[in-house]
Amino acid sequence: MDDIFGIPAPLLFGQVLLGLINGAFYALLSLGLAVIFGMLNVINFAHGAQFMMGAFAAWMLLSMGSNDTARLGLALLLLPTFVLLLEWGLSHVRLSVSVRRTIVIGLSALWLCTILLPLVPYLDVVMARSMDASGGGVLQWLFADGGPFARMLGVIFPNGLGYWWSLLLAPLLVGTTGILAERLLISPLYRLDHLYGLLLTFGVGLIIEGIFRNQYGSSGLPYRIPPELQGAWDLGFMYMPVYRGWVVVVAVVMCLATWLVIEKTKIGSYLRAATENPALVQAFGINVPRMMTLTYGAGVALAAFAGVLAAPIYSVNPQMGSNLIIIVFAVVVIGGMGSILGSVVTGFGLGIIEGLTKVFYPEASSTVIFVVMAIVLLARPAGLFGRA
Amino acid sequence: MINMNRRTLMGATAGLAAVPSLSARAQAANTIKIGVLNDQSGPYRDIGGPNGVIMAQIAAQEFGNGRGFNVEVVGADHQNRPDVGANIARQWYDQGVDMILDVPTSSVGLAVNSVAREKNKVYINVGAATADLTGPQCSPNTAHWVYDTYMLAKSTGGAMVRAGGDSWFFVTADYAFGHALERDASAFVRANGGRVAGSVRYPFPATTDFSSYLLQAQASRAKVIGFANAGADTVNSIKQAAEFGITRRGTKLAALLMFIADVHALGLETAQGLVMTESYYWDLNDHMRALARRVQPRLNNRAMPNMLTAGNYSATLHYLKAIADMGVAASKVSGVEVMNRMKAMPVEDEAFGRGSIRADGRMMIPSYLFEVKTPAESRAPWDYLKLLQTTSADEAWRPLSEGGCPFIRT
Repeated sequence: MDDIFGIPAPLLFGQVLLGLINGAFYALLSLGLAVIFGMLNVINFAHGAQFMMGAFAAWMLLSMGSNDTARLGLALLLLPTFVLLLEWGLSHVRLSVSVRRTIVIGLSALWLCTILLPLVPYLDVVMARSMDASGGGVLQWLFADGGPFARMLGVIFPNGLGYWWSLLLAPLLVGTTGILAERLLISPLYRLDHLYGLLLTFGVGLIIEGIFRNQYGSSGLPYRIPPELQGAWDLGFMYMPVYRGWVVVVAVVMCLATWLVIEKTKIGSYLRAATENPALVQAFGINVPRMMTLTYGAGVALAAFAGVLAAPIYSVNPQMGSNLIIIVFAVVVIGGMGSILGSVVTGFGLGIIEGLTKVFYPEASSTVIFVVMAIVLLARPAGLFGRA
Repeated sequence: MINMNRRTLMGATAGLAAVPSLSARAQAANTIKIGVLNDQSGPYRDIGGPNGVIMAQIAAQEFGNGRGFNVEVVGADHQNRPDVGANIARQWYDQGVDMILDVPTSSVGLAVNSVAREKNKVYINVGAATADLTGPQCSPNTAHWVYDTYMLAKSTGGAMVRAGGDSWFFVTADYAFGHALERDASAFVRANGGRVAGSVRYPFPATTDFSSYLLQAQASRAKVIGFANAGADTVNSIKQAAEFGITRRGTKLAALLMFIADVHALGLETAQGLVMTESYYWDLNDHMRALARRVQPRLNNRAMPNMLTAGNYSATLHYLKAIADMGVAASKVSGVEVMNRMKAMPVEDEAFGRGSIRADGRMMIPSYLFEVKTPAESRAPWDYLKLLQTTSADEAWRPLSEGGCPFIRT
């Protein structure tokens, strides 16, 4: 067996490969961050929580038939989609803005109430009593077992939706929560300093994480690798699980696709123009605020997509995002804030560096990325691919 | 069901926040206050957390308030930080909390240990693993209730070596608990004629990917990979070992500290065949089953009581018995005296059967070695473990003479 620096060669190859796999996650997550920062100038600190939401959405979709808390969570996640669809539908009807707004707020409040009211302490007892008094009926239909929406989901999908559906639906669901968050919370901050966006998204991330921890506990939920991707290839020097190979391939494809959309398509050129001079782009009749909203939604959807990919490998738990997000921020900074190519290349590169550190000096594996960051920032303050 | 728990929990926090008024102060002389200090928001929340508080409350209710004094249970979150834990402990003892309970995470458990001794109050540790609590850092004010690193290493480690796993590689969490567990397990491996091929210490708590360490362990050609970690880390390690086909080539996994909540998180498909050591399992015998049936509806997420939450129940009950025996006024004078009374009385409850507290504070109960069932063997929710072997109370723990406890004169 050949040794390289005193480490058996097969072990070293294995570590490089593993580094590449971890790098795939770093790249996917930092890609979303770079897109958001590049276009909106918002440092999205809720990215880790949105990654976690993606994994949870996958779990909820899978177990909505058998688990009432999963149904409940899904009904909540569907609320933003409902709001957006309602808004869009009503925009075709001749109504004054205030009437439209009242309808949307009223209906979504009702949706929220059917899910949340039964969870309020003491209120549940009062409601149970009034249900007994009125003999069920409307109250029963509205408020029992997580509300009509949650109940309906369980009836329509008794076996839940599997991994492949999740890969499509979870980013959509989480992406729409991002769109709603951008409209309601983040867009008012555009005129202010970056710092406000950072603080707001940081707080939102903490709140989301806390809610999930309260509801689903901290030790994680099981999510298995889909049967099509189970098994492993014996590479001689290591056992390579099929699923990890899949993650790398998908991540590379996703990064390429995002890069192509932004650099080579018409929409991408609008986006890039809008970051340079939004007023001028708007003068050409392009709806810049809507484009910003969709960009944020897309960035969030990317995080959720990575979350679904991570669900079968790491246990689905509320802390899974906060463990990664700090490293991912370092990746973005090293690559150059807002640079898409930079974040992808550094994502993979740092994954490999980290993997090698785990062999040579494991205790430092969580710090090595920050050492690299310090060195890069000293030499090139704008990052490796950033424009000063 | 969930709501009821939430309400009791809110009661607990409201009790914590309440400012002591004059009438409350008058009442305080006749009230025993128990503070449950544990991880309410981090990686160890599910093995103790809010359910640990609820179990102490259940014990207090079942003991009954009609014994001439009132019992109040409060809870707090130490966030797994020794400074936070020591601060809350100091504040609690100063504000009239008579006994602090639980305190998982070894580093925090040790910090609270010295506060209790300084204030001469009672401290019953249930959640922390380090055997130093009854060893070099033992205290006459402290009892250590359900498990420690020595007992885990002896039961799980010993069994693995006897089954032919005579060379080990450790994957260790790089902090006090991981180091203690690795140390104790290595000692048993060597004592049984085995060999330690190597170990790797990974940063805690920032690690989620263990595949690199698993490959290193595999490259060492050790027959057993010992995980000296806990909670979500253990779950991730085992999940990823299965993914990388580590066990396919005959390497065995030893999860030195595992709770039933971890098995629940892994799912039987992945966890089957693992061996683990506990001192309480809900389905082990009639009295453990009776306790589990009674309390499960009141616990968050309808979790089964585990070794730690059952320990909070048992410890609260025994403490209150000692208070009833010596009187509230006498108990408020000296924590050491209360502890001595607890040591003089036999422990008996549904959770652990009969036991006793040794001079150094070690609670003496049997330890049980379990194997995780296959999905086919499991017939009901939470039906996860089958008993392999019982180690009697005399055999399970580190002998008094080897602990090096300073206040024991031998």
